[in-house]
Amino acid sequence: MTPLLTLHGVSKSFRGLRAVSNASFGVESNGLVALMGPNGAGKTTLFNLIAGVLRPDGGEIYFDGKRIDAWRPDQVCAAGIARTFQIVKPFAGLTVVDNVVVGALQRAANLKDARTRAEAVLTTLGLSAKRDLPPQTLTLAERKRLEIARALATQPKLLLLDEALAGLRPTECDELVATMRDIHKREGIAILIIEHVMRAVMALAHRVVVLHHGEVIAQGAPAEVVRDRAVIDSYLGEDATL
Amino acid sequence: MPADFINLANVTISGVLTGLVYGLMALGLSVIFGVARVVNFAHGEMMTIAMYLALILFTSVNVNPFVAVLPVAILFFFIGYFLQLNIIQPFISRPEHAQFILLLAVAIIMTNSTLIAFGPDARSVTLDYLLESVEAGPLLIDRGKLYAALIALGAAVGLFSFFRFSLTGTAIRACADNWLGAKVAGLNVQHLYAITFGLGSACVAVAGCMLVLLVELTPAAGPAYTLLAFVIVIVGGLGSMNGALAGGILIGVAEGLAGLWLAPSAKSMFSFALMIAVLVLRPRGLLGNKL
Amino acid sequence: MNRRGRSLLALLGLLLLVLPSVADNYVLSLATLFLFFAYTGQAWNILMGFAGQLSLGHALYLGIGAYTSAALFSHFGIGPWAGLWLAIALSSLAGVIIGFLALRFSIAGVYFALLTIAFAEFARIGFDHFTWVGGSGGLFLKVLQREQIDLLNLRGTPTVFYYVILTLAAVAFLACSWLMQGRAGYYWQAIRENEEAAQALGINVFRWKMLAVIISAAMTSLAGVFQAFYYNNLFPEQVFNIARSIEIILGPIIGGIGTLFGPIVGAAVLTLLADSATELVAALGWDLPGLKQLIYGVALFLIIVFLPHGIWPRLARTLKVPQ
Repeated sequence: MTPLLTLHGVSKSFRGLRAVSNASFGVESNGLVALMGPNGAGKTTLFNLIAGVLRPDGGEIYFDGKRIDAWRPDQVCAAGIARTFQIVKPFAGLTVVDNVVVGALQRAANLKDARTRAEAVLTTLGLSAKRDLPPQTLTLAERKRLEIARALATQPKLLLLDEALAGLRPTECDELVATMRDIHKREGIAILIIEHVMRAVMALAHRVVVLHHGEVIAQGAPAEVVRDRAVIDSYLGEDATL
Repeated sequence: MPADFINLANVTISGVLTGLVYGLMALGLSVIFGVARVVNFAHGEMMTIAMYLALILFTSVNVNPFVAVLPVAILFFFIGYFLQLNIIQPFISRPEHAQFILLLAVAIIMTNSTLIAFGPDARSVTLDYLLESVEAGPLLIDRGKLYAALIALGAAVGLFSFFRFSLTGTAIRACADNWLGAKVAGLNVQHLYAITFGLGSACVAVAGCMLVLLVELTPAAGPAYTLLAFVIVIVGGLGSMNGALAGGILIGVAEGLAGLWLAPSAKSMFSFALMIAVLVLRPRGLLGNKL
Repeated sequence: MNRRGRSLLALLGLLLLVLPSVADNYVLSLATLFLFFAYTGQAWNILMGFAGQLSLGHALYLGIGAYTSAALFSHFGIGPWAGLWLAIALSSLAGVIIGFLALRFSIAGVYFALLTIAFAEFARIGFDHFTWVGGSGGLFLKVLQREQIDLLNLRGTPTVFYYVILTLAAVAFLACSWLMQGRAGYYWQAIRENEEAAQALGINVFRWKMLAVIISAAMTSLAGVFQAFYYNNLFPEQVFNIARSIEIILGPIIGGIGTLFGPIVGAAVLTLLADSATELVAALGWDLPGLKQLIYGVALFLIIVFLPHGIWPRLARTLKVPQ
């Protein structure tokens, strides 16, 4: 079965600095893949390449049978990829529910359907109680949930989550991981996450792809990858409790 | 030599000289915008006030603009410093449009205050010895324009030297390059921004004192000069001091030639068209940095 | 919109409807001015308040609307009801050009504002030489006797014009209200709040910004059509003047950018300021050109420094009406 998302030899340089170098991997349509690597390894750049914010200098990106590396971010979203941002970007002037409605409008035929979808997604993410509040009043954990809710509302086939767990307390972290597993199972969508928190990766991911200096240095099941020599060498100083 | 060619040369030289004065005005804006990132919509209005000040000094205490230029420049330095530190500074963290609107309001207040104070009629300052033209071979150079341009050039050189060689100037350049880094290094960024605005205002004051000898003065000229300053800075290139002067000369010559070949009133149309073209085709202007 | 708000709105509507029967010509002309500013402010607000682009050259669209309809009437006897369609088409075209240049070449913020100023100035000077529509000498429309009403050609008493601008303003308000509650409203606000996030959610930012530009331009041009037939004379120096562009933005800024009622509240304040300036000048007996503009400038300064979100949000809270 061909993967939903495939990257073939994708490269990107910024003024001579190779941010991503010849990256190739795939994500199946019901897969949950974690993208790992030390800071500066090129993970967010890869996300931006997939999401259409950046255009690769070389290589191809295929999604759902179509070549998408030259597409704009809104076209990529329309094709079925939704992404969150590492530093959350809520629409400050809109209420929580309206934030999600914006996402829902992507697929909804009209405003009523969008609102229905938005309410449903809010329930999934546990934010229904805060629906009429402005995003600024939410805690960090809740804002991260809002970010995910908004992306989920677009009814994607693939969800890109950029360090959704960063800065959360262990309990908040576990709750969000449970929600993510829930979404994966219930909505049946593929998920590609950038994550540093090891326990989340071990708990969630089917497969792990490790980047270092823009190159893929290992891919496979989590248990194998974390014992890989190259991975351990590259990961000096990172959270390594298994 | 054919009369047409001499005429063309005279117009061109005249354009260069006037352009240097405009260039100094634009230099002030380039410094303010390039360093403090303030969109000074009141730039031309400030210059108009300087012009009126020079006019008053001339008509009431008979101080000619060449002498008045120093005290007026110093006064404007302090006005600019105060304006930046106390009124504009709080707007740095606000959304961009709030800052424009603030300076737009200041500009409107300035223009209409001068209108109320001085009336809409045109005035000018004429010094008899300036009426004699300087002859350079077959060419005729307006003495007033020549002296004004020399002073403008002098002021520009002074400003360049300040930024290049003085400690404060270097500190200001550091702020412009990397605001956060400058703060981390311990520089008092607010104070330096205020100095920059003061310097930009002083430029405008010098340009104004010189311009009052060359053109007719009306309150309505303020907005037109603001636009001219922006055209020059955009054409010459943002963040480039050389660009501001070069742009000034270019616009001065272009307007002179446009006045010669097309209708005189089409001069500004040409400048606007040029600005639009630059914004669209080469946003960094002639000598600016890549945006 | 809660019950309180609805009743207040209804009250305002009723007041405006019966005004001509109780007010004299002077008050009527003030009210006409108020509605004119409310309308143009609402049109400008779509671009700024909703799509977040600061235009300082909206007089361009006023002028295009005014000159197109006036020229058609003057030269071909085509009435304003037919002429306005060409006015809308031409100003939309101008909007498309400016919008395209700005969006395609990433001209935003101060550069966009300068771009709009440049286009308006270009038109001002250009029309000075445009002799077919009168050039700098002006374009004049035939005026009938005061009492004769010719609705087809929009000739008539001040009351007629009052109801025309009232209808325009009301329709604009309702149209904006309807837009804001729909997809357009959500998308525009999203774009204004965070363009990157909006794009990531599938919003074609270029298309929606362009839409805002065009709607804003088209709406403003209708005000120009009104202006031409109300004042019966047009001079490029006045019509395309940057002072007109500034008058257009004063209402929404004073009242509150991005809100539906902001432009209306701001227009009311603006009209009162304009009137008080005239009264002041009359009382002092001096001729003070520029006093009105000075008052505008001071008002703008005070608002942007002390009440940057405008008067309406504060007022709404006091009246216990949602914004």
